Amino acid sequence: MTTKPDYVAIGIFVAFFLLVTVMGFWAARWNRPSQTANLDEWGLGGRRFGTWITWFLVGGDFYTAYTIIAVPALVYAVGAYGFFALPYTIIVYPFVFAVMPVLWRTAKQHGYITAADVVYGNYGSRVLELAVALTAVVATMPYIALQLVGMASVLTALGLSGEIPLIIAFIVLAVYTYSSGIRAPALIAFVKDIMIYIAVIAAVAVIPSKLGGYGAVFAAADDAFKAKGAGGILLKPDQFVPYASLALGSALAAFMYPHTLTGVFASKSGDTIRRNAMLLPAYTLLLGLLALLGYMGHAAHLTLASNNDVVPTLFRTLFPSWFAGFAFAAIGIGALVPAAVMSIGAANVFTRNFWKAYVNPSISPESEAKVAKMASLIVKVGALVAILYLPTHFALDLQLLGGMWILQTLPAVVFGLFLHRLKASSLLAGLLVGLASGTWFIASDGLKPIHHLVLGSFSVSLYTGLLALVINLVVLGVVHLATSLGGKR
Amino acid sequence: MNTNRLRPRPIQLLLLVPFLGLLDVSYYNVAEPALLGFPFFYWYQLLWVPVTVILIWVVYRRTPHDD
Repeated sequence: MTTKPDYVAIGIFVAFFLLVTVMGFWAARWNRPSQTANLDEWGLGGRRFGTWITWFLVGGDFYTAYTIIAVPALVYAVGAYGFFALPYTIIVYPFVFAVMPVLWRTAKQHGYITAADVVYGNYGSRVLELAVALTAVVATMPYIALQLVGMASVLTALGLSGEIPLIIAFIVLAVYTYSSGIRAPALIAFVKDIMIYIAVIAAVAVIPSKLGGYGAVFAAADDAFKAKGAGGILLKPDQFVPYASLALGSALAAFMYPHTLTGVFASKSGDTIRRNAMLLPAYTLLLGLLALLGYMGHAAHLTLASNNDVVPTLFRTLFPSWFAGFAFAAIGIGALVPAAVMSIGAANVFTRNFWKAYVNPSISPESEAKVAKMASLIVKVGALVAILYLPTHFALDLQLLGGMWILQTLPAVVFGLFLHRLKASSLLAGLLVGLASGTWFIASDGLKPIHHLVLGSFSVSLYTGLLALVINLVVLGVVHLATSLGGKR
Repeated sequence: MNTNRLRPRPIQLLLLVPFLGLLDVSYYNVAEPALLGFPFFYWYQLLWVPVTVILIWVVYRRTPHDD
């Protein structure tokens, strides 16, 4: 898509971008204790974030810029099936409420910073720790890259073509994350989330009235899918299990990522997390309405070069320039918050579970912060290079695999909080078989997340990540039983 | 670790209700009754957002949370 530069929109975009840049650097001074900087301070903000900061931070980093672009794009392309993001981001909260305060308490008691720290603390196994840490870093890298895809799509819609604007945005992000740590995205998230709320509420209130109301929007989408002969505003019966299993698998995976766990660990208390399990669904409501922008794209009869253009193009066609600029700034800044938290989360893992575990076990907390700062730079440069030099579908495919991979770490990270007789060997066996089988299924299914499983006369299509988790659990159970029986003999 | 506090309480079963309400797609994958132009499939799932919050809130009120 080539667009003429829209200078009003660009001006608004640049103004907001400058505002959050200043905030990002100022964040280093915000709420800082007198003690010297260590990894707990840089990477977790000293574990002092209360209910509202956590709400903005986790909200800003779980509902990413890429989500804002990609969910409506999927709904535009396939219809009801793309709506699985809604049940996904609902059922995640009972899980967060029940599990995350317990994980937080363990981390707080022992000074753990990453999920792999928790695993090493529970089981004392460096191999299991390494497996969990590697999975986490590899799953997060493409996720950071996708935030750049989200930002690139609004830059393109502004008429800013080429790679320079993207590179500038990312250098700015890298530098203030380096100096301010988690406090930068936490502070910027306030601005970003309020802007996103304004943009989306305006969109779901104003756009349908211009298109004849929600009834007309759904009818137009229905007609478009019928004309295309694929997709639809209701699911086909063979999509029921894929839809539900995608929702369940994604919900179980969501808080295993380093960036979401970083938000959890940075909370002040278990109660902060419980209250957030009740407050964060406000974002889900927003996401559900946002997803319908995909249908509004059909009602507005947009012609799009790529499905990912549906949200930017809607704003550009149906709103005045200044408001489109505001909405694009919201999405662009919306990419910075998760990208910063993801790079911090990945840097924490690198520092604690690679550097401290293998290079310098006696590292001081101050040096840990230095290593993590460097690692966060390298992670971001890596993501930038990947987006500039590799095809976008590479990041997409890796992100799809990453969701399946990170889900396999769930038993190792969570089960130890509730069950006390599990051993590292059985968890490791389950994890490795889960990773291998899931990867093999996705690769042999042509990089699609749904696997068609046939067992005798029974056959079902379901989310490959969830299938791999079931295999993971079966292996875990079998090895556990075998080793405990062997031990008794 | 103090395991007593982690023992599940019956009230926590309420946390499973959203899973039951949302994961059996077959009974809400219908267009009627529509609400404000939204087919049932859409407003039913959106309605689960406040319902889930209320369920979690009920459990929250009944669970000790001293930290």
